[in-house]
Amino acid sequence: MSKAAEIDIVSVSKIYGTTTAVDTISLKIPAGTYCCLLGPSGCGKTSTLRMIAGHETISSGDIRLGNTVVTDFPPAKRGTAMMFQSYALFPHLDLVDNVGFSLKMKGVARDERRTKALAMLTLMQMEAYASRRPAQLSGGQQQRVALARALITDPEALLLDEPLSALDPFLKIRMRAELKKLQTSLGITFVHVTHSQEEAMALADLIVVMNDGRIEQAAHPRAVFERPATAFVARFMGDHNVISGRVTKSVGGLVSFDIPGGISLSAAGKAEAGAPLDIGIRTDRVRISDNPAPGFGFTGIVSNIEYRGASVKISVTGAGIDDFTVITSDQAFFENPVSVGEAIPLAWDINDAIILGRLDS
Amino acid sequence: MTATAADISADAKNESDKPARPRRSVWRRTNHMLVSYLQAMPLALVLGLFLLLPILTIVMVSFWDYDSVRIYPDFVTFNYTETLGSWVTWKIYLNTFKFTLIVWLLTLFIGFWVAYFLAFHIRSTTMQMVLFLVCTVPFLTSNIIRMISWVPFLGRNGLINSSLIELGIVPKPLEFLLFSEFAVVLAMVHLYTLFMVTPIFNTLMRIDRSLIEAARDAGASGFQILTNVIIPLAKPGIAIGSIFVVTLVMSDFITVRFMSGGQSASVGLMMANQISLLQYPAAAANAVILLIVVLLIVAAILRVVDIRKEL
Repeated sequence: MSKAAEIDIVSVSKIYGTTTAVDTISLKIPAGTYCCLLGPSGCGKTSTLRMIAGHETISSGDIRLGNTVVTDFPPAKRGTAMMFQSYALFPHLDLVDNVGFSLKMKGVARDERRTKALAMLTLMQMEAYASRRPAQLSGGQQQRVALARALITDPEALLLDEPLSALDPFLKIRMRAELKKLQTSLGITFVHVTHSQEEAMALADLIVVMNDGRIEQAAHPRAVFERPATAFVARFMGDHNVISGRVTKSVGGLVSFDIPGGISLSAAGKAEAGAPLDIGIRTDRVRISDNPAPGFGFTGIVSNIEYRGASVKISVTGAGIDDFTVITSDQAFFENPVSVGEAIPLAWDINDAIILGRLDS
Repeated sequence: MTATAADISADAKNESDKPARPRRSVWRRTNHMLVSYLQAMPLALVLGLFLLLPILTIVMVSFWDYDSVRIYPDFVTFNYTETLGSWVTWKIYLNTFKFTLIVWLLTLFIGFWVAYFLAFHIRSTTMQMVLFLVCTVPFLTSNIIRMISWVPFLGRNGLINSSLIELGIVPKPLEFLLFSEFAVVLAMVHLYTLFMVTPIFNTLMRIDRSLIEAARDAGASGFQILTNVIIPLAKPGIAIGSIFVVTLVMSDFITVRFMSGGQSASVGLMMANQISLLQYPAAAANAVILLIVVLLIVAAILRVVDIRKEL
């Protein structure tokens, strides 16, 4: 239906007065990718999206869309379309006029633009509501109209600013599936801003984790989850224990490090002695086991137990580690139950202790 | 409060004493109605005493008879036939409509742009509020004083005329500046623009800024955003401001008398003259006609724009 465009962001910064919202980021989004910009609020993900859309000026750097550098182009000339967080449908227009708005701005004749708008509404299964006003629609319906309005310009890339945040949890999951289906069928590049790692994992081909105006990691969801690049990524994606310490020695591809006020652990890799080090261990890869390999386990006191149906979450403290989480299957837990206050030995495989990198500051 | 207490005791009785329920609930319903009426009473009394009653009195007096010294209770219609049958009345109405139209157009134009500037070009809320308060500063003095202060400015030997003559732009003082219809319109625009600024500013402030971005995203130029998004969404404010200005100008007499120096007339001025001649019934008939005309204009404005969502 439409040609997709590669988006290339080259050393782009956004500076508001004295604060830097986006700090010289570079990112290549291949054509036809579903890309999620993920991060906590204030991390610069929305500013980045708005700079791609052209609603925010770029303080320095360049953005290329397809074969054109669009840095100084107005929004409508870029071949992008934006879907706003609150959908920003025009309250005084009916759905057909809302969807046909950009055609009207281009001076397309009334009949032609109404036909096209109606066709787009039909694609979104909203033709039955064509003569309604946005206020008479539910959140999910408004989202479909907003999508129709964005897509009628036949964009090369669709930019979505927290599109699901206004919906209730059930609808969120349904509309999420619709978005993915739509992206697959249109084949155009989607850039989707969200603060929900679950949403990003479910949708994206490329997750860009941002923090403090910088990109912490940009990779396929599986890579982000299995090999988080930094401590921030591991914490933000969840389901990881992050342990910090200082390297004591690095011999034969094995790093040993001390946790302040606690024990010594090891991880496969290389590091300079005396340097600070973070490792990440997936919570579901930790076993309750008596015989850990030295440096790949510790004994802690159970501080809390949460039953979650298919799994059980055990919180453990001890050995200088304040908060260590173990997720075990309900079956394994009830075969060999533990209780709060009990000391339990924990162990993990050499491959599960991942050394996390640090961004140079 | 007593009603609530009675409700609670009625409830308690209902719990213990099932068969009595139908009678009790009827009692409770009347009690609820009584409470609602009591709550609506103060406003109804104020409006009845100070709005409805005076209007009814005026309608009544408009059918009375009068001579040069007193008025007589009666039921005659010649106050109306005389007023409506006189070409003077029609001419004065035409003049009043002329003022209304000119002042409405000018206040709408100036008011909209002032409100637009305040709402969209001033970034900080504090600055918006400060500038808005600056707009209201003239209202700290009375209408009359604001009108009088035009005199040294516009008069024969006023600031403008003396400056123009000194600069050699005009050979002799411009006469139309003061005591003319120009002066009337000028003073009215000065007096009433704020009534246009306030409601329009209010509606503009409520426009979601993302709508403007969405319009820009759809390729709208600044002018297209104005005509396709901002003005349609500002319509309720424009309507409310128009109602203010139209009713104020239609009923004005002091500005017309003062600024025209007695060379122009309006319906209000006609009534004021009749009152000073003790022709109360004639003035009352005139007032009733004016009221009907103004209500028709307001109804017409409300037909064009739905302001309910703003209230």
